[in-house]
Amino acid sequence: MSLAAETWLKTTPSGLYCEPGGFYIDPLRAVERAVISHAHADHARPGHAHVLATEGTLAVMRTRMGAERAGGVQQAVPYGETITINGVKTTLYPAGHVLGAAQIALDYGGARVIISGDYKRQSDPTCAGFEVQTCDVFVTEATFGLPVFQHPAAADEIAKLLASVEMFPERTHVVGCYALGKCQRLIGELRKSGYDKPVYLHGAHVAVCGTYTELGVELGELRPATVADKASLKGSIVLAPPSAIADRWARRLEDPVVCMASGWMSIRQRAKAGGVELPLVISDHADWNDLLTTIRDVQAPEIWVTHGSEEALIHAAQRMQIRARALRLIGYGDEDLM
Amino acid sequence: MKAFANLLERLLFSPGRNAKITLLKNYFTTRPDPERGFALAVLAGALEFPGAKPAMLRALAEARTDPALFALSYDFVGDLAETLALIWPRPAVNAPPELPEVIASLRAAKRHEIPNLVASWLDVSDVSTRIALIKLMTGGLRVGASLRLAKLALAELGGIDVQQIDEVWHSLTPPYADLFAWLEQRGPQPDAAQQPVFRPVMLAHPIEDKDLESLDWSVHRAEWKWDGIRVQLVAGPHGKRLYTRTADDISHAFPEILDAMTFHAVLDGELLVMRDGEVASFSDLQQRLNRKTVSTAMLRDYPVIVRLYDILFHGDADVRSKNFDERRGHLEAFMAHAHPAQMDLSPLVNFSAYQELAALRAGARAAGIEGLMIKHAESPYLAGRPKGHWWKWKRDPLSVDAVLMYAQRGHGKRSSYYSDYTFGLWNENGELVPIGKAYSGYTDAELNFLDKWIRNNTIGRFGPVREVAKEIVFEVGFDAAQRSTRHKSGVALRFPRILRLRTDKPATEADRLESFKTTMKMKDLS
Repeated sequence: MSLAAETWLKTTPSGLYCEPGGFYIDPLRAVERAVISHAHADHARPGHAHVLATEGTLAVMRTRMGAERAGGVQQAVPYGETITINGVKTTLYPAGHVLGAAQIALDYGGARVIISGDYKRQSDPTCAGFEVQTCDVFVTEATFGLPVFQHPAAADEIAKLLASVEMFPERTHVVGCYALGKCQRLIGELRKSGYDKPVYLHGAHVAVCGTYTELGVELGELRPATVADKASLKGSIVLAPPSAIADRWARRLEDPVVCMASGWMSIRQRAKAGGVELPLVISDHADWNDLLTTIRDVQAPEIWVTHGSEEALIHAAQRMQIRARALRLIGYGDEDLM
Repeated sequence: MKAFANLLERLLFSPGRNAKITLLKNYFTTRPDPERGFALAVLAGALEFPGAKPAMLRALAEARTDPALFALSYDFVGDLAETLALIWPRPAVNAPPELPEVIASLRAAKRHEIPNLVASWLDVSDVSTRIALIKLMTGGLRVGASLRLAKLALAELGGIDVQQIDEVWHSLTPPYADLFAWLEQRGPQPDAAQQPVFRPVMLAHPIEDKDLESLDWSVHRAEWKWDGIRVQLVAGPHGKRLYTRTADDISHAFPEILDAMTFHAVLDGELLVMRDGEVASFSDLQQRLNRKTVSTAMLRDYPVIVRLYDILFHGDADVRSKNFDERRGHLEAFMAHAHPAQMDLSPLVNFSAYQELAALRAGARAAGIEGLMIKHAESPYLAGRPKGHWWKWKRDPLSVDAVLMYAQRGHGKRSSYYSDYTFGLWNENGELVPIGKAYSGYTDAELNFLDKWIRNNTIGRFGPVREVAKEIVFEVGFDAAQRSTRHKSGVALRFPRILRLRTDKPATEADRLESFKTTMKMKDLS
């Protein structure tokens, strides 16, 4: 008889806490010991005394918050290698979300819990693909936990972007995208589809692209958009944070076509309200079908839903004869707001 | 259908007129017949087939989806057609039907067969195509691309003037193979022959100070510029139509005018709501525009007439090359002979000297008058806006000093600027009440100043809207003030624009709503 997972893995104001292990998963405030799934700011916070994560996650954390704030002791663990922390066997598996993103598998008291972190099942040229591991409890996100979210293939969306660049050669296409993950994936997908011209970057995107390149991800020629003159950006693609694309920063661009790469772009009102002229439905999160597929694949009799539209996902899981409950963790999901 | 769906999606999100024309032109250039012709017909609203009501969409949703999940999704998305398109199970095979096939099947289908037909298409279509299909069924494309833009794109494609398309347009039928053949120089210009087609309208230039000084007033005629919509009446043995000046056929919306068109002529005039011999405000006319059907109540409460300016064809005779005085003679003779109901003649304004005309213009305050038209006695009736023939001399704008209350970012090139302004006046309780919104009239320097000021003086945010400190006074110009039940202030302004930034004026000294209403002779509706 295994020990029920909720007796040793608990929700606290600081986040999910593994009691026997004495560590938090993606804690929301600085703690003694943290295991971190990936480097997005809502999951990786600064100032922990001890951080365990993949090398990719730690490298990006150091780039974004500085080496010291990324963790007093930084313990890098390769995917698939098991570390025992106070009797809790801890293993990281690829989550397919961004470079370094991991599912965190905890074996304790005869039960295996997998905390997926954020994940996707679509292929991504810039990070390792999601690895299916069976478990007893699967802790899942539900960012796009409604059946209206059915992400198209990224290649189709990239084709849309390139067709538009061809149709409007006098304009600059500026794509709003998150600095970590989405930005590099867009570049990777552009390269995969044969686009070999330089890609221009907003200053906020330069550093993480550098870290990706250092870790061996090929991104081709990148140039800073900030110093380029208007005329030279005609007909080119510029990547910038969502907050910059329709604001003062974008005035340096020649008659820009404002694009946005996000899973939310499938909702027309979102795109309209954001002043987006070319919405690109490209997401680093599992869509509805992939959430259900994953729940089936991991064969867990029980799922816990961390953040997103948990109500619909729990309803669907229960119809699949799977026990499901919401953890109601707050503070996550900030990264893909647009 | 996929290419058409992509086009609709891009049109929906593209704010710029030029971008829309480019998208349309690219579509018409690259897609084959008859698909592009049917696409044009859809944009023109020229196709009739049994549509789908929201109830049918709900029934489809119930048949195919989990009700709890649909309810959660609808709640999130907020649009029934879009929710259905998005939630529809991902197709096993992606092989969307072609647009001509869709149109043909819909035209042949009985109403009760529509749901299964639509479901069978949704089952093999990607999400953009699903949305396009459903919107097509419900008649709610709303992509912000008018027939006008489509015609401009076609004109670019054919390297011709858009008026040439206008002139043949109403003799054409979907899928317009002869039109495309002509545009691509594979066939002759379609022959409008006896059809009651639209003829290009003659337009005027705004008069400038230098024109006022240099015009030889003895060879110019003056008429009032009425504040309605410019229309063209075409009637003869082969049919009759009422067109807007952009060649939209609005016959169905004005049956009383059509009934009165028992003559054989092409006439140019202004459509006006007329009550007790007085021209009513433009907002009254708006009640009659953009309606599919007209109720008897509408006909009774908003009676319209056409006030005639000009004549293009008198019987079979094309009189467009005759000069203004000769055409005026034709028009008066026509009126004396035909006496059409619901129509009268726009009178010429007699004047002997420029000063007299200027005084008349300055004194004109009737709601129905926008200003004066000045026409050269020798001017033929020419297409478009030829130089040196007709001028419009609008009366000076009315103005009010109002306080900036809210700001929103603009669209397209102005999307990074807070360029849309809501302004208000003080009411009796010392509160500001919005009276209008303006998007234009300021200089680039003023826009830069305002953009920066707004960012630094925001006191609240409502989604994309910023509420600002009540410190900036605008001198707002407008053509008319009308009563409105839609706005809290009870006032709606026609053509509001920013005339000046009154940095010299403290907000407390901006105008009061009550005194504004008194000046405008407006009574409260309550």
